[in-house]
Amino acid sequence: MASSFAKMMSSRGLFMASIGAGAVASGYLLSDGAAISAEQRRKLYPPSADFPDLRKHNNCMSSALTPAIYAKLRDKITPNNWTLDQCIQTGVDNPGHPFIKTVGMVAGDEESYEVFAEIFDPVIKDRHNGYDPKTMKHPTDLDASKIHSAVFDEQYVLSSRVRTGRSIRGLSLPPACSRSERREVERVTVQALAGLKGDLSGRYYSLTEMSDVEQQRLIDDHFLFDKPVSPLLTCAFMARDWPDARGIWHNNEKTFLIWVNEEDHTRVISMEKGGNMKRVFERFCRGLKQVEHLIQERGWEFMWNERLGYVLTCPSNLGTGLRAGVHVRLPKLSKDPRFGKILDNLRLQKRGTGGVDTAAVGDTFDISNNDRLGKSEVELVQLVVDGVNYLIECEKKLEKGQDIKIPAPIQHFKK
Amino acid sequence: MPFGNTHNQLKMNYSAEQEFPDLSKHNNHMAKVLTPDMYASLRDKQTPSGFTVDDVIQTGVDNPGHPFIMTVGCVAGDEETYEVFKDLLDPIIEDRHGGYKPTDKHKTDLNPDNLQGGDDLDPNYVLSSRVRTGRSIRGFCLPPHCSRGERRGIESMSVEALGVLDGDLNGKYYALKDMTDDEQQQLIDDHFLFDKPVSPLLLASGMARDWPDGRGIWHNDNKTFLVWVNEEDHLRVISMQKGGNMKEVFNRFCTGLTKIEELFKEKGHEFMWNEHLGYVLTCPSNLGTGLRGGVHVKLPNVSKHEKFGEILKRLRLQKRGTGGVDTAAVGGVFDISNADRLGFSEVELVQMVVDGVKLLVEMEKRLESGQSIDDLMPAQK
Repeated sequence: MASSFAKMMSSRGLFMASIGAGAVASGYLLSDGAAISAEQRRKLYPPSADFPDLRKHNNCMSSALTPAIYAKLRDKITPNNWTLDQCIQTGVDNPGHPFIKTVGMVAGDEESYEVFAEIFDPVIKDRHNGYDPKTMKHPTDLDASKIHSAVFDEQYVLSSRVRTGRSIRGLSLPPACSRSERREVERVTVQALAGLKGDLSGRYYSLTEMSDVEQQRLIDDHFLFDKPVSPLLTCAFMARDWPDARGIWHNNEKTFLIWVNEEDHTRVISMEKGGNMKRVFERFCRGLKQVEHLIQERGWEFMWNERLGYVLTCPSNLGTGLRAGVHVRLPKLSKDPRFGKILDNLRLQKRGTGGVDTAAVGDTFDISNNDRLGKSEVELVQLVVDGVNYLIECEKKLEKGQDIKIPAPIQHFKK
Repeated sequence: MPFGNTHNQLKMNYSAEQEFPDLSKHNNHMAKVLTPDMYASLRDKQTPSGFTVDDVIQTGVDNPGHPFIMTVGCVAGDEETYEVFKDLLDPIIEDRHGGYKPTDKHKTDLNPDNLQGGDDLDPNYVLSSRVRTGRSIRGFCLPPHCSRGERRGIESMSVEALGVLDGDLNGKYYALKDMTDDEQQQLIDDHFLFDKPVSPLLLASGMARDWPDGRGIWHNDNKTFLVWVNEEDHLRVISMQKGGNMKEVFNRFCTGLTKIEELFKEKGHEFMWNEHLGYVLTCPSNLGTGLRGGVHVKLPNVSKHEKFGEILKRLRLQKRGTGGVDTAAVGGVFDISNADRLGFSEVELVQMVVDGVKLLVEMEKRLESGQSIDDLMPAQK
C-alpha cells in the first residue's frame, strides 16, 4: 500500500522533487507576497503526494482505497463542494482496532455516494456482506401487519426496540452541513413532528434551551444523547457548533423518540418495556409514515434510492438503517459454548445492555440484527423475531436439561 | 480543509443571520468581537487557498470557553488569513496583546549580545531555563488547513535543514510514525515527546488531522535544542538546560534559529514575517515573537505572599505549574515566564524574564530570613 510518494521521500536526492515541482514553487513563493491559489496549489501537489499513509490501518476504507482510486477522485467535488478527503478523514485519523473493522468514511451529502462511488461501492460491499450497489436493488417494506409471532415471553424479554435514521433530501449531512442547513433540518423536522396526534403526540426539547430539570428527567429516562466524544465521529466533523440545532423529541407516552442532528439528520426510535415487538414495530412504521407524509406536505422528502435504500451519513446504516432488538435474559444459553455460533447462523449480534461497545451485565443481552442493507425492514424484524424465539426455546430446553441444536445458517441474499 | 472553500458558496444561499453562530454562552476573544454585521461582511470572502471566516472561528464556536480563562477562539489557515479577515482579527489582537494597534510596528531582535546579564541566576533557586518560539514557512498552509502533501513537504524541508546543523547543534530527527518503542520511551523520559493533541481547542480547528503523518521531533545530541515539526505550528523551536544560565540558553536559541533561517533561504524558502505582526503563527496569541522564555524556580515563600499576583503583573510575567500550561505548581516550584508576545522584541522579553526572576529570587531570600520585601516592590513595566 506504500505510495510512490513514500518511496520518493526515502531518497534524499529527490528531496526537491518530493515537494512537488519545488523549483516551480519557489517562483511563486518569493515573489512579492504572491499567495498561491487553491487551483495552483492543487497542481503543485499530485495525488501521490497527498495519498494517506494507511499501512497501520484496518478499516473498510483503508482496505478499499488504492492510489489509483484516490488519484481519480481527489479533485472531484459533489454539488455541495464536498471532497473525497473530507469523506475519508475519519478513517485516516482512526486506524481502527486489529479485531474490529470500522467503516472509515462518511458521506457529506446524498451525492457523495454517486460522485465517489468508486470507493463507496467496495466499502459498502465489504461492510454489507457482499451487497453490490452496481447490480443489486434494496427492498423497502414498512408494512408491520406482515410480522407474526412477535409477542415474546416476558419471563425472558425485558424490553423491545426498533431504531432507524432518516435524512432530509436537499440538505447536507452532519459532517458537511452549515449552521443554517442544520437549523433548517431542525425546523423541518420539528414542524412535522408537531403534526403527530393521538398516541404519537409529543414535544420537542432543544439542547440549547433545555432547563436543568428537563435535562435531568431526559437523562433518567435514558433519552438524552451527549455531545459525541468518539473520535470516529469528531474526526468526521459531526460535533461542530454543538449543541446548536440539536434536540430530542418524544411522545407523551415515551414510546416514540426522535433525535435531531446527532449522527444523522434524524434517528427514529420506537420502544417499550416487555416483549411486544409487534406493537413496537407497528408504531415504528406508523410513526415513520406519518412523519414522511407531514414533511411531504411541505415539499420535502427523505433521501432514498433503489440502489442504496435510505441514505444516511455512515455507509453502515444504508438500506433500512434498521436495528431491531430486545433485552433478553439468557442465563444458561449465554454460558453454552455454542451461543456465538447460534447467533452467527441466525444473523444476530449481541451487545451489552448499555449499547454498542458495552459488556453484558448479569445474564441480560441486547440481541439485534446484523444486517442493514439488502433485506427489507419487515424481513429484518421477522428475522429478529424468529431468532429471539429460537433463543428462548434453547434457554427453556437447557432449563429442562434437554439438548439444543445449532440452527442452519440463514441465507442472506436471495439469488 | 485543504484546497477548497468547503461549502462556502452554498452557504450564501442562506442569510448571514441564519448562519450566524449562537455565541450567547461564549466567553472567548472571538465571541467578544464578532458581530452579525462583521460576520455578514466577511462571510463571502476567502483567502487564496480557500480558508473562510467559518474556518477561522470554528474552534471558538465549538469551545465556549471558561468563565475565568479567556481563550482566543480563532486560528489562521495561512498567512493571508490575517489580511483577509483583519476586521475580525485586528480587534482580537488588540485585546489579547495589551492594546496593540493595527498601525503598530513590531520589532524583531535576535541578537543575544543585547541581553544584559542572565548568566547568573542563582541555581539554588532556578532549576532550569528555557526559551521557545514557533516559525511558519511562507507559501504553505498552516496546520488547521494544510493538506497531507504540504505537511510532508514542510517535514522534509525542515529535516533537510536541520540535518546540516553541526557542532553543539548536531542532532537527529525522529518521525512520529517511524519511531521505535525504545526511541519513544527515551523521548518520553527526556520530556521531549509531544502527544497527539487532546485539547478540544486544537481538535476543533483541524490541527490533529492525519496524525501522526508528517510529525516529528528533532533534537541535538546534547539535548539542549529541540524542534517540533507540524504539531501546533509548522515548527516549534526550544532551547533549554538545567540551571539558571538563561544567557547561554538564549544564545543557543538565537544562533540555532538564525542558522535554520539561513538554511531555508538557501533553498528559496523563508519564514512568514511582516513589520506589523512579526512572525506569523497559527494562533493569534503567538504572533510577534511567538516567544515564551521562562524558568522553573523555587518560590515557596514569595508565592504565598498576598502581593505575588500583583508583583508578577507589574513585572509582565505569568506563572504556571511545572507541567506547563494548565497545571498546578508542585512543591513551591513555579514556571515563571513572560506574559507578552507581540510589541516587544525577543531580547526585551527575555530581559524582562531575567530581571524579573532575579528580583523574585531576592524577594524569596528576604522572606526566608523573615525580612520584608516592601522596598523591593517593582513599578509597572
